[in-house]
Amino acid sequence: MKALPPLTIINGRLVLAHGDPQAGALRCEGDRIVAVGAAAVPQPGDRVFDARGALIAPGLVDLGVFAIDKPAFHFGGITRAALMPDQGMVLDKPAAVRFAAQSGKPDLWVHPLAAATKGLEGTELAELALMRDAGARAVATGRRWIADSGTMYRLLSYCAMLDLVVVTHAEDSGLAGQAVATASEMATRLGLPAAPAAAEALAAARDIALAELTGARLHIRQVTTAVALDLVRAAKARGVRVTAGVTPAHFMLSDVAIGDYRTFTRLSPPLRSEADRHAVRAAIADGTIDVIASGHDPRGPEDKRLPFADAEPGMAGAETLLPLTLALVRDGVIDLARAFSLLTATPARLLGVTAGVLEPGAEADIAVIDPDRPWVVDSDKMAASAGNTPFDKQGVDGRVIALFKGGAAVT
Amino acid sequence: MTSATQTPTDRYPAGSAAFPHRDLTGLAGLAPWEILFLLDEAEQWVDLNRAAQKRDDRLAGLTIINAFFENSTRTLLSFEIAGKRLGADVVNMLVAQSSVKKGETLIDTAMTLNAMHADAMVIRHQSSGAVRLIAEKVDCPVLNAGDGQHEHPTQGLLDALTIRKFMQGRGGGGGDFAGLTVTICGDILHSRVARSNIHCLTTLGAEVRVCAPPALMPADIDALKVQPFHDFDAALKGADVVMMLRLQQERMSGQFIASPGEYRHLYGLSLDRLALAEPDALVMHPGPMNRGIEIDSNVADLAGRSAITTQVEMGVAIRMACLDVLTRKTRGVEGWA
Repeated sequence: MKALPPLTIINGRLVLAHGDPQAGALRCEGDRIVAVGAAAVPQPGDRVFDARGALIAPGLVDLGVFAIDKPAFHFGGITRAALMPDQGMVLDKPAAVRFAAQSGKPDLWVHPLAAATKGLEGTELAELALMRDAGARAVATGRRWIADSGTMYRLLSYCAMLDLVVVTHAEDSGLAGQAVATASEMATRLGLPAAPAAAEALAAARDIALAELTGARLHIRQVTTAVALDLVRAAKARGVRVTAGVTPAHFMLSDVAIGDYRTFTRLSPPLRSEADRHAVRAAIADGTIDVIASGHDPRGPEDKRLPFADAEPGMAGAETLLPLTLALVRDGVIDLARAFSLLTATPARLLGVTAGVLEPGAEADIAVIDPDRPWVVDSDKMAASAGNTPFDKQGVDGRVIALFKGGAAVT
Repeated sequence: MTSATQTPTDRYPAGSAAFPHRDLTGLAGLAPWEILFLLDEAEQWVDLNRAAQKRDDRLAGLTIINAFFENSTRTLLSFEIAGKRLGADVVNMLVAQSSVKKGETLIDTAMTLNAMHADAMVIRHQSSGAVRLIAEKVDCPVLNAGDGQHEHPTQGLLDALTIRKFMQGRGGGGGDFAGLTVTICGDILHSRVARSNIHCLTTLGAEVRVCAPPALMPADIDALKVQPFHDFDAALKGADVVMMLRLQQERMSGQFIASPGEYRHLYGLSLDRLALAEPDALVMHPGPMNRGIEIDSNVADLAGRSAITTQVEMGVAIRMACLDVLTRKTRGVEGWA
């Protein structure tokens, strides 16, 4: 590929690690950022992009998607996506990981998450070191929790040695069973199989205890209940290497949303109570939650136009990740710098990639964003391969107006 | 046809305003007068069904499809008889659970039936919400014959009609549900019958108690305006009606209940237990019964107290009323077209 001339983005507001965005420019050479702020001056021969006052932010690093869906990721400003191992061919072999790691290039980098156990069955450890060296950036238990504590203990101690983050799904499988909803008045009215919200805290408590025991780095991909968030908060205070993530659905919606059996609201973990939703927002504000991800999982009618309990869980979230996180800024829950820490810097750090920040030396993954541009989510007109969004017909603010991956414009 | 037990009709509006819904997918959210309207409409069919000539031709020329995705004998038969006694062409489509499990098939099946110009569909499905999903896709009235653990509205209605019949037969109250205490005992968690009865009876003003072991009690059930009990004896005290639910065999093998004997020990309705309720308390069961488990035979067969066969009888009448009312718009009945 012919080398592109350097890129300078001018007249923007730079989203830096702390504080308010600063008016300025950013210059890239090759696939790296070379200058930020006053030092960034276009040189003769540079490609110059005029941001016209929009935000210049790192491209989003989406920690936990279930499908490679480039149009949706690019719409949402996502330049890197950590792919969950739950694929048609489970990412439990080095070859599968190597293939997945190449599958988005050049304009999207896919970071495969290695399946923790063979076939994600939760019993036998997979070839984690081989997969790491084939390009896996972390290890994940997939959609499921590893029920066997002995297996989880061995997994965490091994990953501590390999220095790989273990991404876990916190839902006690015995308590959750076949549940598709949180035990509540709503689930009772609808007659849906339901599990107590405590299924999450039980799973989180065990995984945190084992992480503490082994010194492993644990990332609970979605923490959605007040009790589990308290456990994470306390563990962090003790110095346990635990981080927590969430998707916008759990800070935007409660289980009231499942009231008409709309399967686009069938998620895993299921939507929680209004009190838990508020606890998630508080945990985003106080730093207990480290990552906001899309959980992007486009599902067509064959998986969703079904009775609620028969439908597959998941939502197409890539396009709404940015605007719904920006809504937290607008609501005063967090500031803009922290929003991008949740969307870019922290997930990049967990994945061990030099991206997610606007600093010289970092990968030139840049999103130019108009944070106030209004648009309406429409499940019939999504960039995603399927329109299963629970935010259909809702107005949101914030839109990517230009995206650069490794200094090259994404079109 | 008139009846001595016919109730006055000034408690609901005239014409289609009395029941302004295309479908009957559940009893939750219905107004008291909408439920009373259906009960009152059923009275005439109770009388007809007791006559030698059980025929009314008001649905002649209409096609009713009974699409049952879940096995059923009694409810299907009841709906079939109801449709035929009203003169409709009734077709049963029995979809074995194994052949239609997933995928577009449910909607596809609904669209296929829709293309055959059914005038009403009666649907039973093993998944909660499935009937409403189908109702959104078809052009004719849809009647829920039981969807998963959600609702079984005609069962709720027929139980209310049964209670009213007995109360009237005993010369009390003219069928007023206020002041009546109904105890529903059994697998509340998995029961659509319980949910429809809860919605129906609380809407009509009865005091409803639900009784089950914790594993079979749904979360936050008190939000449905019922009083939860784990102690059956306490739940029976002062009850005017005791409604027993069927306990599925597969739930009695350790996961929910240790054994049938263990269940009967705490929740079986025996004559001794029944004595804790009001002296003439009515005994009900939606059937089919597990005799000797949730209900003893001598209770199930108790003359003057057991309403179990009356429930079956009222079932046909209620289903006739529902089919009649839901097809009035199609038939151009005055005030409904």
